[in-house]
Amino acid sequence: MSDPNVAGGLPVDRIIELQRQYRFQWEAAQDCYVLLYPEGLIQLRGSAGEIMKHVDGLSSIDDIVANLEKAYPGQDLRPDVIGFLEHAHGKGWIRVKS
Amino acid sequence: MEKAGSESSPRLPAGPLWVNAEVTYKCPLHCVFCYNPIDYAKTGAELTTDQWLKALREARALGAVQLGISGGEPLMRDDCEVLVTEASRMGYYVNLLTSGIGLTEKRIAAFRAGGLSQIQLSFQDSTREMNDFLSSTKTFDLKSKVAKLIKQYDYPMVLNVVLHRMNIDHIQQILEMAEAIGADHVELANTQYYAWAMVNRDQLLPSQEQLTRAEAITNKFRERVGNKMKLYFVVPDYYATRPKKCMNGWGTTFLNIAPDGLAMPCHEARMLPGLNLPNVKDHDLKWIWQESHGFRAYRGDSWMKEPCRSCPEKEKDYGGCRCQAFLLTGDATNTDPVCDLSPKHDLVTSVVARAQKPGNTVKAQPIVFRLDKNSATRSEPAKPEAPIES
Repeated sequence: MSDPNVAGGLPVDRIIELQRQYRFQWEAAQDCYVLLYPEGLIQLRGSAGEIMKHVDGLSSIDDIVANLEKAYPGQDLRPDVIGFLEHAHGKGWIRVKS
Repeated sequence: MEKAGSESSPRLPAGPLWVNAEVTYKCPLHCVFCYNPIDYAKTGAELTTDQWLKALREARALGAVQLGISGGEPLMRDDCEVLVTEASRMGYYVNLLTSGIGLTEKRIAAFRAGGLSQIQLSFQDSTREMNDFLSSTKTFDLKSKVAKLIKQYDYPMVLNVVLHRMNIDHIQQILEMAEAIGADHVELANTQYYAWAMVNRDQLLPSQEQLTRAEAITNKFRERVGNKMKLYFVVPDYYATRPKKCMNGWGTTFLNIAPDGLAMPCHEARMLPGLNLPNVKDHDLKWIWQESHGFRAYRGDSWMKEPCRSCPEKEKDYGGCRCQAFLLTGDATNTDPVCDLSPKHDLVTSVVARAQKPGNTVKAQPIVFRLDKNSATRSEPAKPEAPIES
């Protein structure tokens, strides 16, 4: 069990943002969200793209969970959101806003 | 919420993913390994700002997401800020590839405001006093100043260092210099042999001993700095036994636009004979990408000859680099002779064998700098300047 207040080194009450060198956007040509970085891209399909859309430099992990649960009522999304954001942090895509 | 894998590798897109805009061949440097054509001085007028923007919009509509703005030295054009800003607004991830010469605070502030995503600072030989280069305070001061600006504007520090026979033994100093200026990513790219580097091949190709030593020093340095500084070491093709999957396959991913508007599947394709390369001034990019002869010529594998045609590895590397095949064998449809399955592999091994000889080959023949006067008297394809006595 991971600490419920910390997601992969990310405190759930701190605002998170994309790392400086990443750019996140919808790509019509690929029919999905993508994360662009030097000389490459990562396709974020389905829930991954939906979660990353909320990493806006204004919201904490708690806010993101709340916003998503508002958009998809009746679902417990917290484990999925934290799981993905841990993954994203481990990959160096996101950071705590200073 | 729809459940799906968190990420996946991109399927083959309909259009190019990556555009490299060589906005000018003008350059304040005279690097002996430059991959710009050796007859660049004879190239026609550069595209205007509007012509660039039109081409970039068309490529973006095809699905291109990465944009490199390079040259020559792109900062020689005073509309770089406009190109960066507009391209970023179009949705490109914009990377500026520069020597740093001309990167003032005013310009970097404008790039930052315009949405530039990354700056790749190349760290090359900018002086004619090659041997003094690494101890040249002038170079170090310039790079330090530019590096400071890059950090100040919150960009990761991405360094590209071109290695060759004459500087590879200084790898320790190069790495220390990179660390001193706070590099985050360092690509130690050995010269590959096209264009000016081909002309100067015998002076530039390192020996096996030099390569082994440099790689060992790099590995040791990597162990010490850990994640603080990511190091990539790229060996010369000539020392491989299988060719690279050049450009990820011809006309699959990459689109290069030269200063005069010529659209090419790679930086070097201009020199290939019999290739009708289209110009963005005359055609829209959709036609260029999908229909033009230049982009279809070596797409897929129908052009292949043996031994590639029946090779189980043909999908892995598509027979290597067409330009290298042409430069070395005179026929772009041949197997890249870097491959040890090529019947012409000895064209590579004989050059490599010569590079193992000690001694300073520089004395045997003059090295040719990338200068307008040297370009004006030359024509592609590039050939090694003069045969070296064996």
